[in-house]
Amino acid sequence: MIAELGLALLWIAAALACLSLVAGALFLRGGPKDLAALVRPASVAQGVLTAVAFALLIALFVRSDMSVELVARNSNSLKPMLFKVAGTWGNHEGSMLLWLTILGLSGALIAVFEKRLREDTLVATLAAQAALSLGFFAFLIFSSNPFKRLPVAPPDGQGLNPLLQDPGLAFHPPTLYVGYVGLSVAFSFAVGALITREIGPAFARAMRPWVLGSWIFLTLGITAGSYWAYYELGWGGWWFWDPVENVSLVPWLAGAALLHSVAVTATRNALRAWTVMLAVIGFSMSMVGTFIVRSGLLTSVHSFAVDPERGTFLLVLMAVYIGGALTLFALRAGSVAEGKKFALLSREGSLVINNLLLTTILALVLLGTLYPIVAEAMGEKISVGPPYYNRVAGPLALILCLVMVAGPLLAWRKDDGKKLWSRLPLAIFAGAAVLFALILFGGKVGILPLLGMTVAGVVAVASLAPLWGRNLRRTPLPTWGMVIAHFGVAVCLAGMGAESAFIKERLVAAAPGDVVKVDDFVVKFVGVKPIAGPNYTAIEGTLVATTPSGQSFMLRPEARTFPGLMGTAPTETNEAALLTRPGGQLYAVLGQPVPSDDGTADRYQLRLWWKPLVWWIWLGGALIAVGAALSMLGRAQLLAIWRTRRTRKVWR
Amino acid sequence: MKAKHQRLILALVALVGVGGAGVLAASALRDEAAYFRTPVEVAAGKTEVGEAMRLGGMVAKGSIARQADGLTIRFVATDGKASVPVEYKGIVPDLFSEESGMVADGRMRGDGTFVADRILAKHDERYMPPQMGDMPKDMKAAPKA
Repeated sequence: MIAELGLALLWIAAALACLSLVAGALFLRGGPKDLAALVRPASVAQGVLTAVAFALLIALFVRSDMSVELVARNSNSLKPMLFKVAGTWGNHEGSMLLWLTILGLSGALIAVFEKRLREDTLVATLAAQAALSLGFFAFLIFSSNPFKRLPVAPPDGQGLNPLLQDPGLAFHPPTLYVGYVGLSVAFSFAVGALITREIGPAFARAMRPWVLGSWIFLTLGITAGSYWAYYELGWGGWWFWDPVENVSLVPWLAGAALLHSVAVTATRNALRAWTVMLAVIGFSMSMVGTFIVRSGLLTSVHSFAVDPERGTFLLVLMAVYIGGALTLFALRAGSVAEGKKFALLSREGSLVINNLLLTTILALVLLGTLYPIVAEAMGEKISVGPPYYNRVAGPLALILCLVMVAGPLLAWRKDDGKKLWSRLPLAIFAGAAVLFALILFGGKVGILPLLGMTVAGVVAVASLAPLWGRNLRRTPLPTWGMVIAHFGVAVCLAGMGAESAFIKERLVAAAPGDVVKVDDFVVKFVGVKPIAGPNYTAIEGTLVATTPSGQSFMLRPEARTFPGLMGTAPTETNEAALLTRPGGQLYAVLGQPVPSDDGTADRYQLRLWWKPLVWWIWLGGALIAVGAALSMLGRAQLLAIWRTRRTRKVWR
Repeated sequence: MKAKHQRLILALVALVGVGGAGVLAASALRDEAAYFRTPVEVAAGKTEVGEAMRLGGMVAKGSIARQADGLTIRFVATDGKASVPVEYKGIVPDLFSEESGMVADGRMRGDGTFVADRILAKHDERYMPPQMGDMPKDMKAAPKA
């Protein structure tokens, strides 16, 4: 019954989306006002019903109802509960339903809370959101029904890919999806505002929290994904320039550009056409990403759940939405007057440069990702790897960081070059100090890590400059947000530079009792023992790492074996052990046993890395997200109300 | 007049920036795009010694040999038409086995051996690099040992 109810709810929700779209369109073409009144409740109901359908799908997974094909293919009654729930979105159909749920709920949120926009713009926005949902409803219902029953229920399911059975990965896709779909709201706002020609500060302020919110989730999603790949895949890297990683980076870059340009539109009523354009690009990039990951057009080591036929459906959807939005933009861009003027050397000017650099990096990453497809169409098989991306994105990112140093120190509208220099000496000094220290004591450091750490020093000091001479308690939250986010970029950059410049690696075949030195650590291999997990067996190694000061720490890397289910081969995974210290992380992987000639001692392959400051990379990512969150909070109405109440109390 | 000048300057800055980025991308693509090679391309002499690249192929049956140090393995990567000996020092990833596809980062040594820095971890046993698409079908579908 649950599955049938779920499918019925999807149909009803799709009908409501249809209603919103038609009623909204008729109203905007001059229809009666009653039609507009229909759109809000229909949007709310659509979001809620979709969410209920998604909850029902979770229930099916929790109950391990193997008569549903999706559950049988992706779950197993022996799995721990967390992964039964996460299995709901660890596959194509479930993740599309999650996508639609977030899309519907954000439409409902706009319908309930958005009060700043003119009614017709709001109706146009909701109608655009309904049109987006409708395409995905069609996709879900006709080509990937998650509630499909099997004619005969198998005794048990096939299970979820063991690599996905990790708490980090259970929450990684939903986080990224919230980010992707948040950009869809920005897209709908842009389309709505283009339709009614209401593009100005009010529109930018309404769109801004959605841009910030989705960017927070994208930042968290990418950071978490990078950390997951780092500890789960056992290879110790944190970024691979893999197509699947790139397609999450591209919307993030668009979001970063958008949130800076929307700030200019909201406060200075400038860059209007550009903001609208970026909103369209942002969501287009999320769709391109989903399409690439889902279609199998680009094969990636990270790809899951690939289906070329569905790719065609998505391609058509994408062409309709992106093409439609761009056509609308082309028709209306002329009527979006240019807005307020500003000098090149000003806050606005620096943000324009920031936007240019971000979009250029975006274009170059996208080019590298899509180039193999184009080359293949021309009969050449090519793969673009890390050397390309490092060479094109590295230098541009460093220049971007330098713009980030100057931007916040400039005044709006017009500033003076001499004044800018007078604000910078401390930051330049910090950079010079880092550079000298690295040249004197760093040994052989590559040019990119060297520049990265130097720029990190400059950015770290300069990012704090906007707080200089201010009353810290009275400093507005958005300013704090900017300071923390920019400081986070410096932390991230320092981590990346230090890790790639000073990493130490040891690879040994060790017998119990053997001692290995990695950097300042003395690591003793105590031995191995078999252990049993909830749905796997494993060999667990025990290592004791001792620091020069005599502190000892235990590390327990595992080599896990998941039994093959329903006739599939057993799968092995590595669980790296991590020791986090203030200066970095010790990373240990247990490999295969090494057969010896005389059959005496049992040796095991051990890989040990000392990765200096590596956790700063993710700390930086988290700081960037926190900064964006503060910026969002600072602009929320709620806080403003709370503040005025508090000041009133003081007055009394 | 002044606003016009300024917009002209901005447009020029943008143009120079985008143009520069384009040149950068084009040169990087020319140098680095030939990143993925199959054994047949290696045999045809398309690779240079010491150039960073990614090699894809099938691990030939019975070719995996572990060396005495317990850390180095040698095997033969094949695409059905040509073979390349591969040497790798380290822990092979999960899902690495004979007669299954493998992808490795590394460089060619003067003696014709591919020295892998890293054998790539795959998430899914069904993963197959697109560049290996024209390998014989039966090899692709070969069951795992």
